[in-house]
Amino acid sequence: MMLTRAIPLWIAVIGGMVMLVSAFLKPIEGLGENFADAFNVIAAIASVLGAGSLLKSNLSSISRRDAGWGYAVLVLFTFIITLVFGLAKIGVHPSHDFPTAAFSGKQETPDTPFGWLYEYAMVPLTSTMFALLAFYVASAAFRAFRAKNLEAGLLLGTAFIVLLGRTFAGVVLTGWLPEWASGLRLENLSVYIMQVFNTAGNRAIIIGIALGVAATSLRILLGVDRSWMGGGGQS
Amino acid sequence: MNMVDRLNALDRRWVFLLMGLAVAVPILWIGITGNTFPETPTPAAAAVFKAVEDQPEGTRVLVAFDYDPASAGELQPMATALLHQCAQRKLKIVCIALWPLGGNMAQQTIAEVIRADYPAMREGEDFVNLGYQAGNEGVMKVVLTDFKKAFPVDARGQATADLPILQGVQTVKDFPLLLNVSAGYPGSKEWVQYVVSASEGKVKMVAGCTGVQSPQMYPYFPGQLAGILGAIKGAAEYESLVNQSIGGDVAPKYREAQRRMAPQLFGHLLMVALIVAGNTLFFMGRKGARA
Repeated sequence: MMLTRAIPLWIAVIGGMVMLVSAFLKPIEGLGENFADAFNVIAAIASVLGAGSLLKSNLSSISRRDAGWGYAVLVLFTFIITLVFGLAKIGVHPSHDFPTAAFSGKQETPDTPFGWLYEYAMVPLTSTMFALLAFYVASAAFRAFRAKNLEAGLLLGTAFIVLLGRTFAGVVLTGWLPEWASGLRLENLSVYIMQVFNTAGNRAIIIGIALGVAATSLRILLGVDRSWMGGGGQS
Repeated sequence: MNMVDRLNALDRRWVFLLMGLAVAVPILWIGITGNTFPETPTPAAAAVFKAVEDQPEGTRVLVAFDYDPASAGELQPMATALLHQCAQRKLKIVCIALWPLGGNMAQQTIAEVIRADYPAMREGEDFVNLGYQAGNEGVMKVVLTDFKKAFPVDARGQATADLPILQGVQTVKDFPLLLNVSAGYPGSKEWVQYVVSASEGKVKMVAGCTGVQSPQMYPYFPGQLAGILGAIKGAAEYESLVNQSIGGDVAPKYREAQRRMAPQLFGHLLMVALIVAGNTLFFMGRKGARA
């Protein structure tokens, strides 16, 4: 109980309080910086935990023969290949500064197997995944965007203005409007929607979120909210 | 089954085919003719151009590459144009990344712009890539008090303390201009919240972001953000400003955003047509059900 609850709680309370107060008190600014450094170290360690979690979940998926377990095999295979090429620096040339030291080169350079994995696997695969969105959004546009009520109608109207105003179509369709009515040109209406309606709505959301974050942070710092330690619940 | 029902049950692969054609045909057309649409810069994009243009020669600028190849289609043209303008203005460029693959994107942009077209610029003196640093907002907090502590070595492994370009740099406040190209978290929003807001007005920031992010960034313009490039449209506007200011023959790589506006135009037109068609069928179906 002491190790799993009390110590993490005190680390969070002390670390959070120091970082909060160090923003206002110059003498303890360095202490706040040390906690920020510690955060960076923990973030780096978290990547190791992430790798462990990836291995665990995929291995258990394979051993249970879950639906789509073949994809888990593929994930593990590519993960291990990338890890080996990256850590062992296979095919990496020594750096110019230390030409006799075998492991002195950087593995990210384009002329290494690790670089090839990035250039010829990572880049096209991630770009393809992102590009697929256009097809699914088009399908959704046909099947799901319905003006079922006034709110949905307003949303669709706004979408039309922004979709057309963000392309040359806006200029073609409404470029003929005289100067005194230029505010009604689609490209200008699109900017107006983004800068006025969108800004007003988003600012309200941002202020609301900020207040929520401040309240939640205080609850964590004061030890009232302990759900972040797992197991759920409050004190 | 009547016509309305048949169209409602249309195989979505027809829609995929239409979208494929709407994007592919303009790409081929631009590839053959080289023509692009003219761009009229919006105030947000013009402000980005002005923020860079206003920096005196030799000023150090910090460029944060917070994106990865998944968003490169949308963000790479603006990153290229930003570095192009900075190099043209003879600014000293310090690149960093808070996304694991952002360092690679910085390296690629440096190769495409600086190494290819500005060979006189020396690495470590006129530009440097400090690469990726893990820690998200933690890194932002550290650069506020000790920049070199957050980035002890550059992407080549050389100590940043020895780099001429970073001589005199104590904190991020020693960079009068921060250029951020961002695809999400951590990105423009966090730079505004943790660095710009805490810099006592010493750091001016401009952001280039994806279309999904830009509505979230507009509330910060023109206060905390001096300018915004929203998606490929913002990039095209900014690119046209940079190209106009430099003049002469423009290489295709510096017109990438403008070249992508034609597929975007036909993609958007198709979307509008599909929404109209879908709603027409919806109302016809509802009317038929009532009758």
